[in-house]
Amino acid sequence: MSRHHISTTINGDSAEFLCDTDESLLDCIRNELHMTGTKEGCGTGDCGACSVLLDGRLVCSCLVLGVEAAGKKIDTIEGMAQGDKLHPLQRNFLEHAALQCGICTPGFLIAARALLEKNPNPTETEVRFWLAGNLCRCTGYDKIVRAVMATAAELRG
Amino acid sequence: MPDDIKLDKELKVVGHRNVRPDGMDKVTGRAKYGADLILPGMLYGRVLRSPHAHAKIKSIDTSAAEALPGVKAVVTGKDFPDQPKSKPPYGPMIQDAWDATRNIIAREKVFYDGHCVAAVAATSDSIAKQALKLIKVDYQILPHVIDPIEAMQPDAPILHEDQFTLGVEGATKPSNVFRIMKAAKGDVDKGFAEADLIIERDFKTKAVHQGYIEPHACVGNASEDGNVEVWTSTQGHFVSRNQLANLLGLPVGKIRLTSSEIGGGFGGKIPMYGEPLAVRLSQKANRPVKIVMTRDETFRSTGPTSGSHVWMKIGVKNDGRIVAADAKLYYEAGAFKGAGIAAAIGCMFSEYDLENIRIEGYDIVSNRPKVAAYRAPGVPMAAFAVEGVINQIAKKLKIDPVDIRLKNAAKQGTVNVSGIKYGPIGFIELLEKVKAHPHYNTKLEKNQGRGFAAGYWMHAGGMSCASVNIQDDGTVTLIEGNPDIGGSRASMAAMAAEELGIPFEKVRPIIADTSSLGFTFLTAGSRTTYATGMAVVEATRHAIKICCERAAAVWGVTPEQVKWEDGHAKPASANVGDFAPLSLSELAKKAPMMGGPIAGHSEINATGQGPAIGGHLVDVEVDPETGFVKLLRFTVFQDVGRAISPDYVEGQLQGGAIQGLGWALNEEYIYNDKGQLVNAGFLDYRMPVASDVPMIGTVLIEEPNPNHPYGVRGVGETPIVPPQAAVANAVENAIGIQMSELPMSPPKILRAIAADRLKAAE
Ligand code: FES
Ligand code: FES
Repeated sequence: MSRHHISTTINGDSAEFLCDTDESLLDCIRNELHMTGTKEGCGTGDCGACSVLLDGRLVCSCLVLGVEAAGKKIDTIEGMAQGDKLHPLQRNFLEHAALQCGICTPGFLIAARALLEKNPNPTETEVRFWLAGNLCRCTGYDKIVRAVMATAAELRG
Repeated sequence: MPDDIKLDKELKVVGHRNVRPDGMDKVTGRAKYGADLILPGMLYGRVLRSPHAHAKIKSIDTSAAEALPGVKAVVTGKDFPDQPKSKPPYGPMIQDAWDATRNIIAREKVFYDGHCVAAVAATSDSIAKQALKLIKVDYQILPHVIDPIEAMQPDAPILHEDQFTLGVEGATKPSNVFRIMKAAKGDVDKGFAEADLIIERDFKTKAVHQGYIEPHACVGNASEDGNVEVWTSTQGHFVSRNQLANLLGLPVGKIRLTSSEIGGGFGGKIPMYGEPLAVRLSQKANRPVKIVMTRDETFRSTGPTSGSHVWMKIGVKNDGRIVAADAKLYYEAGAFKGAGIAAAIGCMFSEYDLENIRIEGYDIVSNRPKVAAYRAPGVPMAAFAVEGVINQIAKKLKIDPVDIRLKNAAKQGTVNVSGIKYGPIGFIELLEKVKAHPHYNTKLEKNQGRGFAAGYWMHAGGMSCASVNIQDDGTVTLIEGNPDIGGSRASMAAMAAEELGIPFEKVRPIIADTSSLGFTFLTAGSRTTYATGMAVVEATRHAIKICCERAAAVWGVTPEQVKWEDGHAKPASANVGDFAPLSLSELAKKAPMMGGPIAGHSEINATGQGPAIGGHLVDVEVDPETGFVKLLRFTVFQDVGRAISPDYVEGQLQGGAIQGLGWALNEEYIYNDKGQLVNAGFLDYRMPVASDVPMIGTVLIEEPNPNHPYGVRGVGETPIVPPQAAVANAVENAIGIQMSELPMSPPKILRAIAADRLKAAE
């Protein structure tokens, strides 16, 4: 089976990889590009650990094929901080202790950033429903929701 | 010389909200978890699993898989040395290598759907998956049994023909009951005879999974000289190393395990699954092998906790004082012995001061994955029954549910069923805080109900090591051996910084691999901050002692004339002389002239752990049309001894509470008539999501444990003990129907409401 040659952009840099027809974008990011910040919790679209942006749209990268990334822009957790400056969400996750084991954290950060870009002033309920596609087994979500709300308030100034 | 820390002394680091040292890597995607290690030449491992719940393996033919280009190794049970069976007496934690090797890879029989029968390593994941399809296993399907009560029946299919029930005199027939454990205190029959009211009920809970978001993942790397390196997501790499040596027949010293960052465990990452397979495949292929489980495999082959049947009978006087408590626990162990009976017995009535207790626990094998610990293993199911009956009693006697617990609360000096006599504990203070809390006094509307339940866990101690290295710029490297799942590195660094009198940021905590530090027991049983915390404090005090000796030598005084304060050696009193304080870095810089580097170390076997008691207050609203239970308010109260890192203590309380909520309302293993698990994914195994829950209030009661230098009580287990009963009690108060079976999923609640209406109509 010959593999596909895919040219794409990841966190602003052009990137290329080879992939099988049935290989998920998640596997390509992790196993071909060796960017392991994006996590796999289920591989079936149910946990959100693999969240990335594809052309600005929030997707579960385990439900996207690697070949679909051709010519598109991918944003992952590795591109979230600007140089040594953390994104306010990253800083607030640290300051609000919004992570325990941290395996869900990259997915939550990517999803929360997508929310705040769409809706800078979400209610707690809106935050909870937006993040309902991201599973966290450690925190009970309390501190995650607080960190997102605090970031929204901070970004609104 | 260092002073012992006084608990009332003002603390500068401990108890403050420090940002965890491993946090930056976790918010930037840098942190390396089990599946994140990529080595040159690494192969992909995959596991073939049984589709049958119970079957004899007649033959396995791997030749076609081995012939597939790209396949570098295949292993079956034959590639592992067989192990002897352990013999009684068994401790509370049964270690049986015969069982362990068979759970990792089947030999004569498969015992559950998902049981590993073979593993392959190939140059790509897709080749490895193809190879699995080429392995031919000839099974002879056997009858199976899942439910523990059914497994106890005389005609039940027997899993292990040579298992005779321990605790039964002269048992002649093999049985699925591995053992019957008993515990008693006082005279239960006399107690019941004196009771004014006796309530007796049955309870049922289903098997639930720990549900950590990171599936099991490891890399095994065996080299030609016999050395073995393993990278794995585990709760205890030292324990795994010793087991691995045993299972593979290798010298312990040849094996080096590194614990990756771990994406949740809750007890489920204590056992090994992929590690021995990855190592054996690597030995055959002479290349590193990575094995990452899918979510489906994680559900079918790992964890879960026991499903249970519990019978409970409690007798009280009219004033609410409990005079007798009698219980029988029937717990599923899964395919191999070892359900959490011992812990359940030790904890179930232990937050109460009772005279007469009798408990009988049955450890029962059946055709499902071998259970693993899940936060306070075994205790929540028992507490569901204890607290459920106490709530019934309170209702019958028209006593407030908190008051009835105040009436029976354990206090200093109480002796529990295991004979443990308590030092200071904060249960009474906790109950008083519940009553005074605004949540307790919030008005409820129609279809809403409030529930309360308490829970107990005796946290663990055990062996731990730590080293503290003082660097010549005054920074400190702290080395310990417990995988950090919920922020323990922050607590370890805080205690070291507090002792040294230096800022938190100056201490860098590192988790050592198994070849770099002495044996350290599991991150489990809420032991880490307690036991390893003690080792860290001791190691730090050792380093401080050396610092003081060095300062004494510089000043020409005795070490006793030097004190350690705020990161400096200082003359202990004005009489010693007028010497300028020496800082950590000044002392470390003198090391080349003064006898070498400054380091402290500690190797301990911690005892003196204390009880950790919690109480959960829950408000729900039940939709009578759909049976849906909405969580309105949840407040967790817990005696935490001393919160070293309050943020992460609160996090443990909140996370445990919501796991318990999932257990109470939605989560369960569902089997079809072939004994196959049908909901092995997060879509059908429904864990709580952010929109299911409100903010979770926490109230930390700090009654210090006198045996720990900072008063720590381990906090992680207790929060999963009360929620099931608290939620059931809240549901009952909302709909007026007792719920004694978990999960209280919408169909079950609807059925209960319908049955109740029918009864009312009759
Ligand atoms: S890994 Fe993609 S949603 Fe879980
Ligand atoms: S922090 Fe562990 S899953 Fe979210």
